[in-house]
Amino acid sequence: MVESGLIESVLVANRGEIARRVLATARRLGIRSVAVYSEADAGLPFVREADEAVLIGPPPPAQSYLDQAAIIAAAQRTGAQAIHPGYGFLSENAEFAQRAEAAGLIWVGPPPVAIELMGDKINARNLMAEAGLPVAAGTAEPVTDADEAVAAAAAIGYPVMVKAAAGGGGIGMSAAAGDAELRAAFETARSRAERFFGSAAILLERYLSPARHVEVQILGLASGRVLALGERDCSVQRRHQKVAEETPSPGVGPALRGHMLAAAVRAGEVVGYRGAGTVEFLVDVPTGGFVFLEMNTRLQVEHPITEQVTGIDLVEQQLRIAGRGEVSFAEQAVKPQGHAVELRVYAEDPSRFLPSPGTISEWSEPAGPGIRVDAGYAAGNQVTPFYDPLLAKLCVHAATRDEALARARAAVADFRIAGVRTNLPFHADLLDSTEFISGAYDTSVVSRLRP
Amino acid sequence: MAEIRAEMVANVWKVVTAEGEQVSGGDTLVILESMKMEIPVLAEDPGTVTKLAVAEGDVVQEGDLIAIIE
Repeated sequence: MVESGLIESVLVANRGEIARRVLATARRLGIRSVAVYSEADAGLPFVREADEAVLIGPPPPAQSYLDQAAIIAAAQRTGAQAIHPGYGFLSENAEFAQRAEAAGLIWVGPPPVAIELMGDKINARNLMAEAGLPVAAGTAEPVTDADEAVAAAAAIGYPVMVKAAAGGGGIGMSAAAGDAELRAAFETARSRAERFFGSAAILLERYLSPARHVEVQILGLASGRVLALGERDCSVQRRHQKVAEETPSPGVGPALRGHMLAAAVRAGEVVGYRGAGTVEFLVDVPTGGFVFLEMNTRLQVEHPITEQVTGIDLVEQQLRIAGRGEVSFAEQAVKPQGHAVELRVYAEDPSRFLPSPGTISEWSEPAGPGIRVDAGYAAGNQVTPFYDPLLAKLCVHAATRDEALARARAAVADFRIAGVRTNLPFHADLLDSTEFISGAYDTSVVSRLRP
Repeated sequence: MAEIRAEMVANVWKVVTAEGEQVSGGDTLVILESMKMEIPVLAEDPGTVTKLAVAEGDVVQEGDLIAIIE
């Protein structure tokens, strides 16, 4: 029996580990669950763990997980009351959120207008600067050609970062230290932006280096109040994509933390945020200052480490807030305990990080106190080239950072995956590197480990 | 003669070269896409592309022939 005030059923418009993770909380709360899947994913655990599963199309995302009409039809056919979008795919698509609401479904996410305000990185930057948040020097309008980019860079000062305004996942992003590099970076960014995001709008920002990537988890309550639930350090990245995260950040002291959490709350208030969201910042290592980077208006991949240190199930709070209910915890009681680390286990070779699709012949997860594995696959499953390479997230929690790292080393050694190559050997090297152990690392740490 | 083969299952996103073309070592021949990542396939040594075995939109399996350079 579902508790009153909670939604009664939810369709999860996603796949792999995040679909499975959302389904687990739905099951615990007694909420009926519906999965949708493509032909490529029929054998994955999330499909059989849902109360009901609907095949929505062939493997390419455009014909399945991005097919708005097919997903809404599946929700209506199964009588699902709400849609949880997970991350990626349609999670930050304001049009889809609107279509779901117009079809009478509850959108488990922020109001569509908040998605739209934050979805364009140029608009988000301008809006946050207006609200008093620090932003890096950059362009306030889309840059349309390479000559304009060179002129803008002269005003900003090199090095600059070139980004797709509608982008995400590091796609099309690169840094440039001079005019020639900038022209090449601009053309690459523009072609990627058009292809992946359907918009050629490009922005330039001053590139901070060395820098740490630190983000704040926020939760917008049904009452309109916005809470900050601590930060996560996501500086371990390859190709501008996160590989490992930890909380608390070893590079953030109490004063800086206070400023960042307050800025994140302000960002959420400005756009009328509801539900779980993440405000990303860059911390400039030489000065200790920080700037707003972007906001992700959805559940974040690395949300489990915040759950481990706070004891709060963020998906449960999303579902409660979507049903206009109260959160399950007392605000005053939120006090992060200990240290948590997430290691993203990717199907890729551990030295050059090239994709490694294939069939999983062996899958054996580590288990024990403080160990959590959010996995999307099991033995016998196919890892296909159609989707991102994330197989599982290995998350460890302990009283101190040293203990968490020791626990992580043992867990990495105990994780057995065969049939596809994985980056587990990279994680073993990371956990043994003096730079990572010291805590004094920045966003270039992976390039030093894998020159 | 060098046979260039696919290192993994992937979709052929872009074909940059053409049969009969002269290439230098390190030149991009085709760009594959797998798991949301673009993977350029490069010529290892200079030569002439005598055979191009893929077209844009094809799916290649690990070990499939992409091009022959002589």
